[in-house]
Amino acid sequence: MRPPLQRYRNILDFALSSLLRRKGRNLALISVYTLVVFVIASLVFFVQALKHEAHELLVQAPDMVVQRMVAGRHDPVPLAQVEAIRSIRGVDEVQPRLWGYYYDPVFGGNLTVLATEDAALAPDAIWIGEGVARSMRVKEGDLIPLRGYDGQSTLFSIQKVLPETSELVSSDLVLMAPKDVRALFHFPEGLATDLAIQAGNPRELPTIAAKIVELYPDSRPILKSEILRTYEAVFDWRGGLMVVVLGSAVLSFIIFAWDKATGLSAEERKEIGVLKSLGWESADVLLLKFWEGTVISVTAFLTGVLLAYAHVFFFSASLFEHALKGWSVLFPHFRLSPALDGYQLTVLFFLTVLPYTAATLVPSWRAATVDPDAAMRS
Amino acid sequence: MIELSQVVKTFEAGLATPFTAVDGVTLSIPAARLTVLKGPSGSGKTTLLTLIGCMARPTSGRIHLHGLAADALPHLAPAEALEITSLPERFLTAIRRRTFGFIFQQFNLVRGISVLENVMLPTYPTGEDHRAVEARAVARLESLGLARHLRSSVDRLSGGEAQRVAIARALINDPAVIIADEPTAHLDSRLSEDFMGLMSQFKDAGKTLLITSHDPIVYDSALADLVVEMRDGRVVSET
Repeated sequence: MRPPLQRYRNILDFALSSLLRRKGRNLALISVYTLVVFVIASLVFFVQALKHEAHELLVQAPDMVVQRMVAGRHDPVPLAQVEAIRSIRGVDEVQPRLWGYYYDPVFGGNLTVLATEDAALAPDAIWIGEGVARSMRVKEGDLIPLRGYDGQSTLFSIQKVLPETSELVSSDLVLMAPKDVRALFHFPEGLATDLAIQAGNPRELPTIAAKIVELYPDSRPILKSEILRTYEAVFDWRGGLMVVVLGSAVLSFIIFAWDKATGLSAEERKEIGVLKSLGWESADVLLLKFWEGTVISVTAFLTGVLLAYAHVFFFSASLFEHALKGWSVLFPHFRLSPALDGYQLTVLFFLTVLPYTAATLVPSWRAATVDPDAAMRS
Repeated sequence: MIELSQVVKTFEAGLATPFTAVDGVTLSIPAARLTVLKGPSGSGKTTLLTLIGCMARPTSGRIHLHGLAADALPHLAPAEALEITSLPERFLTAIRRRTFGFIFQQFNLVRGISVLENVMLPTYPTGEDHRAVEARAVARLESLGLARHLRSSVDRLSGGEAQRVAIARALINDPAVIIADEPTAHLDSRLSEDFMGLMSQFKDAGKTLLITSHDPIVYDSALADLVVEMRDGRVVSET
């Protein structure tokens, strides 16, 4: 091995044995450091995964949704409007959608019931999302009763559990035939929940929306871009809220780490003096302290990030899902699909590892640049 | 030879309470001989050692090394004299590492690591092969009767054992000069005699020995070629 490389290795070896000498202090430091990285990384992963889910959701969303408003509230849309809207120039397709929410008192969650015309759906059968299957503990072929508007239960057989591409999209979904949706909710014939519109050219959407409002003044067109903006705002706001709450924890850590890292004990100062008297240069002492700081901060960073990954993607961010998922009590529990952003991880790395490493170097630099005899006497 | 000319060391110079620990010392320390600096506490012996050993710079005066720093600064001719007080820090470090081996009064072993690691410490920044250094350190420790303590923590050693570890550490880079500060202060008479026995071996091997002591076992020893008495930072006699 070439001498410069061997020098790095020798000093790294000594840094590791130095860390082991102060096991208690360093373990306490790594624990607190890991906790802070864990909390911040959980937050980053969570918000990122939610955004990913929202993106998945919007990929499948129509270009525009048209609702009808009565007294400022969402009301069913007459199917008679479908042909009139389809005749507007630029509209490719108008699909009336029939859907609603079904509250299940047994497992305490809301299901989204959606009508589908899919020919593969058998009569009196339903397709359900992964979250519904998990919450109700049912599988394909089982029968489940759903309580209708009149209190009467209807049995449906589960034909399929929907695949898990994005659980936020499909987790709480129950797909059934239109006639079953109307029967379950007593939804009148001739009406739909809303209309899904596809346009050939997305740039024409604002014009199409204006024409729809002109045609039906009680309608409310919602563009895909508006939904996207709303989701972004909601997720960013929730993430921001947590950042404010966590701010105090991070600040406490910074004070703690600064105190631990910048305060050299008398013994450490004396050791630096001894090393210098034995022929160590100031640069060698700084390299030693750099390795010590790096080992602590990288260990804490990697452990914190791995724990956060497990926490968010295997345990559904159970520690702060109520703050982040919002109306989680209404949804069946869902698992997030892993979505990592290299940029955010890099920023997290530089925000947590660099300040600590720098904080360890400052006092060592001061101690390492004085004469070895002065360091030994201090 | 080490030559000192009008060397002064003042602590807190320019402040309200300056203290002159070494006051105008002029001295020649012969090579391959044992020189003892004796005198009461506070006479400036240890400060003078730190100045000679490149651990601190004098406030004024000159220190010349004759033919001693060639290993540390290979561009010098072996016999060339080197004035060390004006050298940059990294050259002083190189001289400290290659030319001098220090045995401190309190031994200054690094606690919590093994005897072997302590002995190898001075070589880490040199980038020397780890296995070669380890073999050398083991040989040194074995020759000093410490074979069974190689992997022990230095915290468990007796005073005499700790001093022999400090000696092994001072020798690991095979220095030309061995500097020992009050080496027998924490040893009983038998261990002090053992220490002088080791110094005799080093002197026979051609090492220059410089020891501070106010122990008669050291300064009355037949091994001592030059005894320099100090008081209040000045040399009062040379015998």
